[in-house]
Amino acid sequence: MAKYIVKRIVLAIVSILIVSAITFFVMNAIPGGPFNKEKATSAAAQKALEERYNLDKPLGEQYILYMKNLMHGDWGVSLRNGRDIWNEMTMRFKVSAKLGGMAAGVAIVVGVVLGSIAALTRNKLPDRLIIFFTTLGTAMPSFVLATLLLLIFCLKLRMFPVWSSSNPNYVLPIIALSVYPMAYITRLTKTSMLDALGQDYVRTAKAKGVPGWKVIFKHALRNALVPVVTYVGPMVAYILTGSMVVENIFTIGGLGSTFVTSITDRDYTLIMAVTLFLSILMVIANLLTDIAYKLIDPRITFE
Amino acid sequence: MLENQGLKKRQFFSAQVDLSKFKEKDFEQATEDEKKQQDVMGESTTFFKDGMRRLRRNPLAMGSIVVLVLIIALIIFAPMVVPYKYSQIISVNGIRDKSAANLAPFEYSKLETQYMEETGEKLFPHIFGTDSLSRDYFIRVIYGTRVSLSVGIVASIMVLIIGLLYGSISGYFGGTIDLVMMRIVDIIYSLPDMLIIILLSVVLNETIKPLIEGTVLQSLGTNMISIFIVFGLLYWVSMARLIRGQILTIKNNEYVLAARCIGTKNGRILRRHILPNCLSVIIITTALQVPSAIFTESYLSFLGLGVSAPLTSLGSLANDARAGMQSYPLRLVIPAVAICLIVLALNLLGDGLRDAFDSKLK
Repeated sequence: MAKYIVKRIVLAIVSILIVSAITFFVMNAIPGGPFNKEKATSAAAQKALEERYNLDKPLGEQYILYMKNLMHGDWGVSLRNGRDIWNEMTMRFKVSAKLGGMAAGVAIVVGVVLGSIAALTRNKLPDRLIIFFTTLGTAMPSFVLATLLLLIFCLKLRMFPVWSSSNPNYVLPIIALSVYPMAYITRLTKTSMLDALGQDYVRTAKAKGVPGWKVIFKHALRNALVPVVTYVGPMVAYILTGSMVVENIFTIGGLGSTFVTSITDRDYTLIMAVTLFLSILMVIANLLTDIAYKLIDPRITFE
Repeated sequence: MLENQGLKKRQFFSAQVDLSKFKEKDFEQATEDEKKQQDVMGESTTFFKDGMRRLRRNPLAMGSIVVLVLIIALIIFAPMVVPYKYSQIISVNGIRDKSAANLAPFEYSKLETQYMEETGEKLFPHIFGTDSLSRDYFIRVIYGTRVSLSVGIVASIMVLIIGLLYGSISGYFGGTIDLVMMRIVDIIYSLPDMLIIILLSVVLNETIKPLIEGTVLQSLGTNMISIFIVFGLLYWVSMARLIRGQILTIKNNEYVLAARCIGTKNGRILRRHILPNCLSVIIITTALQVPSAIFTESYLSFLGLGVSAPLTSLGSLANDARAGMQSYPLRLVIPAVAICLIVLALNLLGDGLRDAFDSKLK
C-alpha cells in the first residue's frame, strides 16, 4: 500500500513537471516576445528589459529560473495589464471553486439518488425515464446547455436574474455544469447497484429478515458507491474545463472565464499560469481519487 | 454387410451383438429425407453475422443508424441541390444584396422578391434563413456538420492507428519494453488533456501558419490541423491501454504458442492470430471515440480555437450565434440540436455495438 502511494505521488510529481516543461517551452515557441508592442521599443530599452527579466539567458536556464520562482510562489505578471498573476488567480479561483464545488456536490447527490432509484425500479417507468434523460444529458455539450439555459430562463422567461457579482445567482450555472457528471454518476450507480443487489450478502440479509430500507442503504448502496469514487478525479477535470465555457457564457468572473479571455487576448504568461495551476489541481485530484479508492476497497490491485 | 453372422462363440464380457436377432432391413441406409429430419443444427454463423443479428434486434441502435445515414446523405447531397455556397454572400444579379442579412427561415429579401417578380424565376429558398453576413444558414449548417463529423472520424482513425501500434507492441513483447512504454502512457494519461489541447492549439496556430502556406493543408486552416495534432499526441492513450490488456490475455492462448513453435514471425502472429481476436474491442472503442472527438472539437470551436473562417463547424456556428442570441435564437438552436443529435446517435450506436459484439465490456 505504502509502495503504491509513493509510486503514485512520484508519478504525479513527474506529470506536473512535464506539464510545467511543456507549458514553459511552448510559451517560448510562440513567435513574438512580451515586449513586441505596437509601439516600437528601442533596441537598447529592449535589451535592458530582456536582461531585467532574464530573457537573454539560454532557454534551459530560463526554465530553471521559472521553476525556482514558481517554488517561491512567484507566477510572474500578466502581459496585458502587468498585474501579479498569483493574486489575480486566487481571487478568481475563489468564485470558480464555489461554483465547481456546488456543481460537484449536486452531481454526486442527485446522481447517486437517481441511479439507486433506477436500479430499484429496473425496467419500470422511473428507470426508463431516468435512463432516457441521462442519455440525453451525456449527449449535450456543457456550452450548448449553458447557452440554452441562459436563453430560456434568463432572457425569455426572466425567471433568474442575469449574473452580477453583487447579486450572484448560481442556479443556472450549477445546472449547466453538473448535468453531464450527474448523468454519468447515475449510470455508474445504476450498474453497480444492480450488481450489488444480486450479491449473496444482500440475499442473506433479506433472508434473515433485515428490513428493506436497511438492506438497500447498509448493504447494497455502500458497496455500490465504490465505483463512484473513481469518477471523482475525472469529474474534477470535467468541471474545471467545463467551467471555462459556462463561466464565460454566464459572464461569471471566475478562473475559467479568465482563462478564455487570456486566450482571446493572447496573454501568454496568464495562459501558461492558469494552465499550470489547473493542471496541478487535476493531477492532485486524480492522485487523491486513486488513493481513496484503494483505501476504501483493499481488494483492488492496480496491476 | 451381415458377414459377421458367423461369429458364434460369445465371450462373457464382450460387447458382441447377436446379429441374428436383426433382419436385413434394419440395416438399410437412411434416405436423404430421413437424414434431413435428424438435422437439428441451426445455420452456421460467423462472429460478425451473429453480432449483426443482435445489433438488428436493438431498436435504439438501428434508429441511430437510420439517423446517421440520413445525416450523412444530407451533408453529401444537400450542397449539390442548394445553389448557395457556405462562404457566399447572397447576391442578386451580381449585386450584393444588403437586405438579405438576418432573414427568417424561408423568407426572401426585398431584392430577391423584386427579382422574382420581374423575371418570374423562382429562387431557392433560404431554409434556415441567413446569417448577419447574408450567407445562407442552411448550407452553413450542412458544412458545419461535414466538418464536425469528419474531424470526429479522422481523429478517431488516428487514435486507432497510434493506439493499435503502441498497444500491440507493448503488450506482445512485454518485459522491459512494456514497462517503459506503459510508464509513458501513465504519464500522458495523468496530464490534463483538455488544457494541453487548448495550450497547444493556441501555440500551433501561431507556429504552423508559415509552414503550411500555399499547400493543400492551408484550406483546412491551422486550427483544424492543430486539433488533429493534439488528438494524435494525447488521445491514443486509453486505446493503447485497452489493446495492450487484450493482447496480454490473448497471447497466452495455446494457438499462439503453437504458431510460435512452428517458427511464425512476430509480426505475423500479431496480425493473423492476436489482432483478429481483439477486433470487437477495437471497433467498439473507435465507435465511441467519434462522439468524444466531436465534443472536443465543438468545445474548442466554441472557445474560438476551432476551424478558421469562412469554414465553419457546428461548435463555431453556435459560438457565432451567441452574439445575436436574443433576436435570432434559432441560429443557436439549430447547430446545438445538430450536435446533440449526432452525438446521441453515435453514443447509442456505440452502446449497441458493445452489447452486440462484446458482452464482457459492459
